[in-house]
Amino acid sequence: MSPIVKRKGEKFTLPGKYLLFILTILCTGMVLLTFHTTIFSGPLGTIAGYTIVPFQEGVSAAGSYLRSRSEELSQIRDLIAENETLKEQIDELTIENTRLQQDRYELTSLRELYELDSQYDEYEKVGARIIARDPGNWFYSFVINKGAEDGLSVDMNVMAGSGLVGRIVDIGPNWSKVKAIIADDSNISAMVLSSSDNMVVTGDLRLYASGVISFEQLIDSDDVVAEGDKIVTSNISDKFLPGILIGYINTINTDSNNLTKSGYITPAVDFEHLEEVLVILELKQTIED
Amino acid sequence: MVIGFMKRMLVTAFFIFICFLLQCTVFRALAFGGIVPNLLIVLTASFGFMRGEKNGLFIGFFSGLLIDIFFGSVIGFYALLYMYIGYANGKFSAIFYPEDIKLPITLILCSDFFYGIICYVILFLLRGKFDFSYYLVHIIFPEMVYTVVVTLFLYPVVLRVNRGLERGEKRGEKKFV
Repeated sequence: MSPIVKRKGEKFTLPGKYLLFILTILCTGMVLLTFHTTIFSGPLGTIAGYTIVPFQEGVSAAGSYLRSRSEELSQIRDLIAENETLKEQIDELTIENTRLQQDRYELTSLRELYELDSQYDEYEKVGARIIARDPGNWFYSFVINKGAEDGLSVDMNVMAGSGLVGRIVDIGPNWSKVKAIIADDSNISAMVLSSSDNMVVTGDLRLYASGVISFEQLIDSDDVVAEGDKIVTSNISDKFLPGILIGYINTINTDSNNLTKSGYITPAVDFEHLEEVLVILELKQTIED
Repeated sequence: MVIGFMKRMLVTAFFIFICFLLQCTVFRALAFGGIVPNLLIVLTASFGFMRGEKNGLFIGFFSGLLIDIFFGSVIGFYALLYMYIGYANGKFSAIFYPEDIKLPITLILCSDFFYGIICYVILFLLRGKFDFSYYLVHIIFPEMVYTVVVTLFLYPVVLRVNRGLERGEKRGEKKFV
């Protein structure tokens, strides 16, 4: 008797191995189709957006509430001591602030004179909350609670505080997936702020635990780049807006070819305790082909 | 029959849903050294050896698809991987007895190891990351250990729910006869 031919009065069942075969072909087809295109991510993303995302938001809100409560209890004693010192600092800072404000007025007027755009306070930004993280242990990406309906789109840059977090790589109506700069498959074109030397910043799974990311191909023939230098996104990157802070050089070594340098960068963002991020609503200008 | 089937589908979908949610929210906050247990592997493998290859295959497929939609760079990779794990575990349903805990633990351990190795080979080795021993010691083994610890709590729940469902189905069958 053939296992897939239906007999009279017999219930139709498909054996497991045929089912496996069909689904394997289906999956392989989907992998090939989605390798370069995003045809399925629209409908699938929409369905997932309305069924899963609300729960992710709820659960992660509850989770972060519990975590912050437990942290609060353990930190009360430290906070009292810290409060004293901070109060003293406030007085000092108020004086400094007034002085800096005066400087700022001067700076703004000078910038207007030179018709320079100020740094990224000019970019229009929108805040979003992280609601889920990659369930595997191999890559570092997360989902935020805003999507296409909030005016976001793929390739928009994501920041936290003053540093770069990553960029949007996938989007649904009310969620978007952000790939962090520390993810193992992330490469960014960056430059040293002081000398404008270009380099490539790469995430590495082996460096997650030590909290650094690596950089390579830095050509520094004048030997001016030193530890502690600021690293920002470069002008020639086609996904990232220029001049966003990535981090500071932690260690720097000359490569064995004696031409380029490589080393590690301490990111400006604390990826361990990331909860809210800012999405820049401006895309890098690209040349249309 | 139909009601039993519907009930089973709903309960299974609920399980996948809860495990996925926990894995990418709460467990991420409780991660030890950045490592998260793989709840969906536990679910796929245990339904595989409890209910047979077809059940394992479907549960694996849908668990993987959920990961693909939210976190995969292509759609279908994790679905394929979880599906094969579910199917392979289904092959052991003939020698599965609910009283025995050794076989489930071994199978889940093997499944997670297989998952780790495939992830390394396809996602890392092919990109020229050759430091296998590092990934084995720092990612694959810790994940296996953590997953087994979680299995000790999750597996009895799954077993109990499955037994409840089976009892309900048998009662339903008797009614019809």
